[in-house]
Amino acid sequence: MEPQSAARTGAQPPLPLGPAAGDVKGVPTKGFSPTPYLFMAPYLALFFTFVLIPAVYGLWISLHNWDYLLPGKPFVGLQNYVNLFTPGSTTFGPFWSSMKATGLFTLFSVPLLVVVPLLIALLLNQQFPGRNFFRAVYFAPYVLGVAVVGVLWRFLLDPNQGLINYYLGTSIPWITALPWGWIALVGVTVWWTLGFNAVIYLAGLQDINAELYEAAKVDGANGWQRFLNITLPGLRPVLIFVITTTVLASANVFGQAYLITQGAPGQETRTAIMYIAETGLRQFNMGAASAMSYILALFLMLISVFNFVVLRERED
Amino acid sequence: MVDRRAMGRRLTRQDFLLLSAGAGAGIFVAGCGGGPQNNPGAQGGSGGDGGKAYDGPKVDLAFWNGFTGGDGPYMRDLVEKFNSEHKNINVKMNVQEWADYYTKVPSAVASGQGPDVGIMHTDQLGTNAARSVIVPLDDVAKNLSLKESDFAPVVWKAGIYGDQRYGIPLDMHPLGFYYNKTVMEEAGLDLNKPPTNRDEYESALDELKGKGVEGSWMTPFRFTGGLMFESLLWQFGGDLYNQDGSKALFGSDAGVEAITWMVNLINNGHSPKNIAQDADINAFQNNKNAFNWNGIWAINIFGENKDLDWGVAPLPQIGSEKGAWAGSHNFVVMRQKTPDDNKLQASKVFINWISQNSLEWAKGGQIPARKSVRESGGFEDLKLQSILAEQVPYLNFVPPVPGIGDVETNALDVAVNEAITLKKSPKQALQDGAAKADKLLEENRQKYQG
Repeated sequence: MEPQSAARTGAQPPLPLGPAAGDVKGVPTKGFSPTPYLFMAPYLALFFTFVLIPAVYGLWISLHNWDYLLPGKPFVGLQNYVNLFTPGSTTFGPFWSSMKATGLFTLFSVPLLVVVPLLIALLLNQQFPGRNFFRAVYFAPYVLGVAVVGVLWRFLLDPNQGLINYYLGTSIPWITALPWGWIALVGVTVWWTLGFNAVIYLAGLQDINAELYEAAKVDGANGWQRFLNITLPGLRPVLIFVITTTVLASANVFGQAYLITQGAPGQETRTAIMYIAETGLRQFNMGAASAMSYILALFLMLISVFNFVVLRERED
Repeated sequence: MVDRRAMGRRLTRQDFLLLSAGAGAGIFVAGCGGGPQNNPGAQGGSGGDGGKAYDGPKVDLAFWNGFTGGDGPYMRDLVEKFNSEHKNINVKMNVQEWADYYTKVPSAVASGQGPDVGIMHTDQLGTNAARSVIVPLDDVAKNLSLKESDFAPVVWKAGIYGDQRYGIPLDMHPLGFYYNKTVMEEAGLDLNKPPTNRDEYESALDELKGKGVEGSWMTPFRFTGGLMFESLLWQFGGDLYNQDGSKALFGSDAGVEAITWMVNLINNGHSPKNIAQDADINAFQNNKNAFNWNGIWAINIFGENKDLDWGVAPLPQIGSEKGAWAGSHNFVVMRQKTPDDNKLQASKVFINWISQNSLEWAKGGQIPARKSVRESGGFEDLKLQSILAEQVPYLNFVPPVPGIGDVETNALDVAVNEAITLKKSPKQALQDGAAKADKLLEENRQKYQG
């Protein structure tokens, strides 16, 4: 949220001040002052170069059959979008099946990534010897890159030669069949990223006033009641943050499926981002890929608005 | 890779970043309109003597390829030898994964940062010629007196796009048949008689099954399930695409027969279900799998494994005729933003030299494309490569139609995957795949002609 809030602050017009305050240095009484804009300039330069201009340009690309190396980039209007909603077009089937893959992954991973880290944070918030060590242990996988995680688990989960099946004494096709593929991808992602959410929760837990717990104890509240009536309400702002970022991060899933299942079986674990990257950067159908990006972005915006509305209502 | 913690807003930013990389290059290319972009034949073409000699000032050549495997060191040695023999040419080789290479090279060329010389597979030549990433090399072929008769005809023809030659074939890499002698011996099979036809193959597998061995593992991925399917398709008398690459033919009866035979190996207990990429070759090296259909490059992989007792043979003939999949590496010259005749000439000298010295390259596990090199005593001494070279008369290649690589990935490989993982019946999988391929071929036809 940081860039947005920065932009919002910067966009505020200078406050009208009384004549008495008028001669305070740096606070203009009237007219135009470049100071705030100069402060914002570095950020705005990056924002325009890497966000706004490409965004608008992407919209333009999505209206063409665009291959940056071909001389002809015919304008096709909304055809790339129409194709995405026309059963039988080359992009319709693969795109929506990739959206479904992303949707399923989000559906399976978000609840786990919201609940499991909370439980771990509650444990790590207790007083016990080696607490800092365990805090580090749970956070450790998060520092690994997706390539490391992908290759590592790709070997561990191999159906015929992997250590997981070896120790379990099973022959489960973890990465080549469903539902195992999803279990593997979600499991790996939870293992990999739960540390981040746990740390956020932990910070939230430490912000809750200890006196509230003492007061509740005096009133005879048991552990479960204290959790429901003090911990959870105290964590609400943290919870909103965790849910929103986790949903969006899960909808971004790419590396795990790309490296571990390669989209198999068939193309059932090929996620939206995987398909968009393939279409745009491997097949060079950048127009179609841009159109898909916009549809995906639209979906994510709707989900974010939904999250915001639902969670805000509860706040009142 | 996508940052796991990226926000939705940043997701779109990321997409735009990816796209803007291409878009920026697009602006650039559009900006130099009238250049080679609009006239693909403008570069390469004439000039110099087509690579016989170079006596100009000293030049540096960037040579990119994807030889990340056991073949890389052999090419590196060749390059070093070339450099020591040519004082005024210094070739610098840069190796990256093929998949990255094929996405990186076009954008590098578009931004003027591309290499001078590169390697491309036959099925990528059409795409890159159409996109003006590479330039025609007719004069190299002409001045070096390279003739169709000195190459396998399919490979030679595969280098042509739109009446111009874009690739100088370096090698052929066919699929071959590998057998694990340790496993065969345990099952009481004759080590000197690896199966050569369907009956022998199936009865050998039955023997192995009697000893509790799943003898022929089927991978549901292109390496090597897809390549095996293509070989079998040709063996059963089918073909991948029609002559001009406008229609997919692999959904034919021949295709169904081929994939059904593969699926039956799983159903009859000769292969585990749902195996992962490379599990077949790993099991082979661990003496758990007896037979493996794999590329000629596997010679190096198995050769390095001193504990492995193995042999290689031409593919068994399962269908009504002989047939085997093969790919081919071709030399290409990249389009330059500012053409440099000296570099162009030096590039041609380099290509010519390597081509003539491709026997060294054969040691890296390849069959030289040049007949003269293939028929030299030196190549006959490479026993294993020579065995697979017996397949040359009936090798088949994916045709060099622009965009064909994507059709293979998104239609054929998916169909094979769905059949081998038993998600769809063989017939259903292939017909769905062929229907998808037809649409993609039509789209490509419009795109690259438009």
